[in-house]
Amino acid sequence: MELILFYVFAVTVVGGGIGVVASRNPVASLMFMVVSLASVAGIYVLLEAHFLAAIQVMVYAGAIMVLFLFVIMLLNLGHDYRDDLVRGLYAVCAFVVSGAICGILATRFGGAETSALYESFPGAAAMDLELAERGAVSLIARPLFQEYVVPFEITGILLLVAVVGAVALAKKRV
Amino acid sequence: MNELSPTAFLIASAVKVLAVFTALMVAIMYATWAERRLSAFIQDRLGPNRVGPFGLLQPIADGLKNIIKEETDPATASRFFFVLGPMLSIMPALVTFAVIPFAAPLPTPWGTVDMIVADLPVGVLYILAISSLGVYGIFLGGWSSNNKYALLGGLRASAQMVSYEVGLGLSLIPVMMLAGNVTLTRMVADQQLGLWYILPLSLGFLLFLISAFAETNRLPFDMPEAESELVTGYHTEYSSMKFSMFFIAEYAHVITASALMATLFLGGWDIPFWAGDNFIPYEGGLISGFTAAGDPIPAQLSIWTTLLTLGAFMLKTTFFVVLYIWVRWTLPRFRYDQVMHLGWKVMLPTALAYVMLVGATILVLDQLGVSGGPGFALALTAVSLVATGMFALYLDRGRIITGAAPAGRAARAVPAAHP
Repeated sequence: MELILFYVFAVTVVGGGIGVVASRNPVASLMFMVVSLASVAGIYVLLEAHFLAAIQVMVYAGAIMVLFLFVIMLLNLGHDYRDDLVRGLYAVCAFVVSGAICGILATRFGGAETSALYESFPGAAAMDLELAERGAVSLIARPLFQEYVVPFEITGILLLVAVVGAVALAKKRV
Repeated sequence: MNELSPTAFLIASAVKVLAVFTALMVAIMYATWAERRLSAFIQDRLGPNRVGPFGLLQPIADGLKNIIKEETDPATASRFFFVLGPMLSIMPALVTFAVIPFAAPLPTPWGTVDMIVADLPVGVLYILAISSLGVYGIFLGGWSSNNKYALLGGLRASAQMVSYEVGLGLSLIPVMMLAGNVTLTRMVADQQLGLWYILPLSLGFLLFLISAFAETNRLPFDMPEAESELVTGYHTEYSSMKFSMFFIAEYAHVITASALMATLFLGGWDIPFWAGDNFIPYEGGLISGFTAAGDPIPAQLSIWTTLLTLGAFMLKTTFFVVLYIWVRWTLPRFRYDQVMHLGWKVMLPTALAYVMLVGATILVLDQLGVSGGPGFALALTAVSLVATGMFALYLDRGRIITGAAPAGRAARAVPAAHP
């Protein structure tokens, strides 16, 4: 059952991804991207990472994609159906690079059972205990706000700088 | 508590899905009827009272009419997205209900059946995730119609829903902090033992209420379909059953938001001042409380408690549905910039400050050695009441509460850029 569901989600992830680059209409591309991201959330659920799945839908499908939608609408791309698929050398390069990434991932993780992979991870038992005791949210929140609080805050400042920079750049144009 | 066997669990889940879906659809039908009758009452009219007793069969007649009406199909619309829009609009409204517990567990010969369609470990986060998808249906409907009014309506809807989602999510954080959990069943159990969250988290409730009105696109936040400026906004080009789906989606959103408010802030299916309906998960079993000596009292499940708690839940939900209707026919519509101002410059900072306030209060009480019990709840209630009062005073800024402002001052008051 889980295997069937995994293949359903895997096919929609890859199909959505192909749809994003292949469709001529930016809004159609965007909807394909939403399908793809939502299917990734489905795979997270199959891996019992419910919290990540919820966050995936909330942040990516819900927030970021809606912002993309705004950009598409506000830029008002008139040339909806222009043939802008990249061909030639670029396409070859893209295939080579993505093929190489697939190959590396396959040699590293291919064939290994995910459960075996998880058990080889140091601290898996402690994580299981924490999960049973406090639930998935605490499992992620504790390390994030205790051990790694400084990197976490620095990431926040980095994002803030990026936002301020984007606003400053956009203001100049007006 | 005896567990269900896997087969029984499957059958029970299927039955629950069917029952909840049917009940929700019937509730939507009668919400439209209630809306029309109540609006008529507010405006001193009669409303639909011809089909059946008190007009109770009117929704069926409306549904029939919508099915047999001609379906127009705009020539310039993008066909695929035009059909997809209403579907994507109705889906999130209906599936959110899956994580809301609607009654006490029901004892059956095959085991105890939880009265919730899916008790997900991520409860509230699931609701936030699904409600963030609701914007696609409205946006796609507006965009694919290829009509300027529909497009503007869709744009407004997406801007508004994104803005108020932030306030909605932040107003839920104090609830999660207080419950110490994100599943709705645990939140109900926590409220059964202590106070309903509307008291210790009154400002959170107020912020959630306002955001929920904005998320459901109901007046005074119905920018996306403002009739006086946009014809009917995003569903201008829709007719017959496709229009009906947008319509059903709106009422489904209203009912789900009402049920959510009842669950999060009014104790869900809890009946106040009665310990007989307390079913708190404790060490693998269900208990109804503790004796004075601190021993757990095992809970007595019965079909009557289930029915009574279901009634309590429906009563609370109905209260919020009526509140929705009442507000719609009482308040005028905001201007678009006012909606954005309220969302980003009032709701967001207030919600952030409130999260800090509740967090700090819980921390201080913890340090003082109070981490539960009546003292804890009362202290939080007092802090929240002060915060709510200050928020109300800020929103009002001397317009209603101080009352008798001289006419000249009212005319000179800051122009309407403030809510």
